[in-house]
Amino acid sequence: MIGEGIQSTNQRKHSYVQDRVEVGFFTDPSVCIGCKACEVACKEWNQVPDDGFTWSGNSYDNTGHLGASTWRHVMFLEQDRQKGNQITGSMGLPVDPASPVRTDPQSDMSAAGLAKAEDPFRWVFLSDVCKHCDEAGCLESCPTGAIVRTEVGSVLVQNDVCNGCGYCVVSCPFGVIDRRPEPLPDAGGAFKCTFCYDRQKSGLVPACAKVCPTESIVFGRLDDLRARGAERVQQLQQSGYSDAQLYDPRETSVHGIHAFFLILGEPEAYGLPPKPQIPTIYLQSAWTAAIATGFGAAVFAFAAFLFFS
Amino acid sequence: MADTNNPASEQRLEQLREQAWEKGVVTDRGVNVAGGPIPRKAGYYGQPVVKPPVWIWEIPVYFFVGGFGGMAAVIALAALAFAHTDVACTAMSLAVLAAIISPILLILDLGRPRLFINMLRVFKHRSAMSMGAWILTFFGSCAVPGLIALELHTLHSFSGDIDQLLRFFAGFFVAGSAFFGILLSTYTGVLLGATAIPAWFLHRVLLPIHFGTAGLGSAAALLELLGHRIAPLNAIGFFAAAVETALLIWLSFDKHGAADRAIHEHSSGWLIRISEILTGPLALVLRFFGFVPFAALSFLIGALVSRFGWIWVGKVSGSDPESVFAAEGY
Repeated sequence: MIGEGIQSTNQRKHSYVQDRVEVGFFTDPSVCIGCKACEVACKEWNQVPDDGFTWSGNSYDNTGHLGASTWRHVMFLEQDRQKGNQITGSMGLPVDPASPVRTDPQSDMSAAGLAKAEDPFRWVFLSDVCKHCDEAGCLESCPTGAIVRTEVGSVLVQNDVCNGCGYCVVSCPFGVIDRRPEPLPDAGGAFKCTFCYDRQKSGLVPACAKVCPTESIVFGRLDDLRARGAERVQQLQQSGYSDAQLYDPRETSVHGIHAFFLILGEPEAYGLPPKPQIPTIYLQSAWTAAIATGFGAAVFAFAAFLFFS
Repeated sequence: MADTNNPASEQRLEQLREQAWEKGVVTDRGVNVAGGPIPRKAGYYGQPVVKPPVWIWEIPVYFFVGGFGGMAAVIALAALAFAHTDVACTAMSLAVLAAIISPILLILDLGRPRLFINMLRVFKHRSAMSMGAWILTFFGSCAVPGLIALELHTLHSFSGDIDQLLRFFAGFFVAGSAFFGILLSTYTGVLLGATAIPAWFLHRVLLPIHFGTAGLGSAAALLELLGHRIAPLNAIGFFAAAVETALLIWLSFDKHGAADRAIHEHSSGWLIRISEILTGPLALVLRFFGFVPFAALSFLIGALVSRFGWIWVGKVSGSDPESVFAAEGY
């Protein structure tokens, strides 16, 4: 896929829903330009209310966090790995002043050469989205069955079934889904990214991937994307981005995510939990305690009436 | 601004120029920008990693009402077994009261109350909320006929076989209410424990024990305040206050640093602390010195404050990105 430029899977008609193929998003901040076309496209296609037009105060971010009305959120990370130790002007300059003539110009001109100078400041954009977990906390916790798994493996909230109990909100390990407050349209229900299921059924690509000008968001078959992601990480690491890694927690109880990310640095900086867990893993110990307590209380109540009557 | 007459600062600028010329880079610290334009906050600008609960007052009040209602049915069954029919009748009235108020509170809490019936659309054992909806439904369907049969039997409205049948129904439905009552008072702990909120899931074993005990103590306290000053209820009151005291000690030892600091710090920490003292040591001491109504009142207030406290803990903990990162280790 890489090398096809902007004419890859993002612009093609597909039949993934009919073929029941697992699909995914691969979001790559190393090519994101922070244009927010994905946010706008998502809102326009899905008719999601705006987030207000004030900056967060930290950057060009006006959405802050994923929520009931923010299904794509472009993060603006200003990373300062060694604040104050500013290295200026390393661009295009020899890294080692002792050897101004480069032995291997190709590798030194690359990011590897520049990364050696350890530029402490880095501006990263990452378009965050619902992860569409393999084991989804929201889906498991939903008492109405409003949240379902689609043919393509995504997690969908059926708006007409959701009664707004709010339990999915605290069950999502990524803090994605939220209940939409009054007075917004359709208030009271829980909302999150639909993976543009309506578009996918018609063979169209999700709106955010469709509009992404740099293919920072790639839509496609999950297995293809995972291969593509691994390849991209390797490429970046060879170019000197030693902290490039995939964020796809497959070894935790979430068992991997359909919308995975390439990240530079640690997941915490992106507000991503390093080891997300599906809350159902806590059920067994909690229910054991509950039932033991209940029967203990009953036994004591009987004993109280038996011995003190 | 530096002193323009200071030769040292001029020298420094010369030095920087030299360095820039020779090395192409200036590696010195420059001005310390701590607190500068790039905020030092945990995670992504201190934004929450998980979402805090959206629940307000209805859910904690429901926890309280469902807690005492469920355990009142247990006390009713025990009282019935040992021929305290008057206590059993009052206790079943409390259970029915809870069975009526609880659904109203739950429906009020919904974002879309008109769709409340969707709660019974599916049965999902992996969703504590779904289980709770079913438990409450079964509890109500047992408590209401249970109370009616019990009252009719006690008042001897009918005679002969019909009375015998009523007696059987009373026993059957009160036993059913007690069974679902046990689950009703304790499942709420599971509801909070099986979530992504660090301060909740780290205490998923303590929460059902606490909620169940608080329910049992509240039911006994209410019965005592309604005039049933009998020794078994006093014993239950002692037991509940003693367990709550033990839980207070457990919670003060079972700390997880930043992961569950919402329980020990902030306003949420104070709510937990106040409720612990009211249900635990204070209720115990008051009961020990024979101030039974005060002990009962102290326990009831504590049990109510505790439910608000735990929801507030969830709000604080869920909004704190550091607590989520710290909880990863547990």
